[in-house]
Amino acid sequence: MADPTRVDPIHQFGITNVFSFGGEGGFALTNSALFMVVSVVVILGYLLLSTAGRRVVPTRAQVVSEMLYEFVANMVQGAAGKEGMKFFPFLFALFMFVLAANMFGMFPYFFAVTSHIIVTFALAMLVISIVIIYGFLRNGPKFLKLFVPAGVPGYVLPIVVPIEIVSFLSRPVSLSVRLFANILAGHITVKVFAGFIVSLGALGWLGFLGASLPLFMTIAITALELMIAALQAYVFAVLSAMYINDAIHPSH
Amino acid sequence: MEAEAAKFIGAGIACIGLAGAAIGVGSIFGNFLMGALRNPSASQSQFGNLIFGFAVTEALGIFSFLIALLLLFAV
Repeated sequence: MADPTRVDPIHQFGITNVFSFGGEGGFALTNSALFMVVSVVVILGYLLLSTAGRRVVPTRAQVVSEMLYEFVANMVQGAAGKEGMKFFPFLFALFMFVLAANMFGMFPYFFAVTSHIIVTFALAMLVISIVIIYGFLRNGPKFLKLFVPAGVPGYVLPIVVPIEIVSFLSRPVSLSVRLFANILAGHITVKVFAGFIVSLGALGWLGFLGASLPLFMTIAITALELMIAALQAYVFAVLSAMYINDAIHPSH
Repeated sequence: MEAEAAKFIGAGIACIGLAGAAIGVGSIFGNFLMGALRNPSASQSQFGNLIFGFAVTEALGIFSFLIALLLLFAV
């Protein structure tokens, strides 16, 4: 990496201390924690301020808040039914946090919180823990029917039940890895194409002409990444709602 | 062969798995369009299913991409 025109695409995911006191083992605010706090503050501030007036004829900001609310409410209702609306506050918070974190990651020099697997895995484990705890609280031992699909003849059960168990166990892994890898791959791709601009531009005037190609490519990929940031937040929330639906209706 | 070289070759081979995900995602959206053009009024209600199928298929491709990243940066 001695070549100055070469861009290190992984460098942007490094965790650094924004400020710290108490030395080793003391209090430290990392850039990851800072952007989590910023996401939460921005969500809370926006939702509280825009709905503070609660007018019958809403302002523009209030319309956006209401659209977000209705969008998630419809999604939860569709995936988990009426009883799933008990979990609407949780799923709304989850959706808004992932959406805000993904979107903040798209700003240059901002840190993408969801590009770290520990963050997404913690969120996924939260969802799965809620599914398991609520499933047993609500259904008791009948929750285990989740692994025994209804209407399957007895002699295939020895094959089907292990498959269902493995598929249940892989849920937190796939849920967290999907979000993390999408954000990570997107940011690396943007960085690699941005690196092409620098290395082509270093070649002289002919390189400037050539560098316009990766420049347009970077713009297009940035637009795609903005779409993926919103889509992955939606996918994360929809899958969480579907897993919670399994806790409410274990026999499928 | 040097271990470093084997790492890069392995990462390249792992990325072949992405071709499967590409075929799967293409087939999902292609079939959705085919159905949606035949019955456009029902296509709105199936948007959630479309995204769910896309997410589940894409995750499998992402797994092989993850193996490539692990080989390059973690092993």
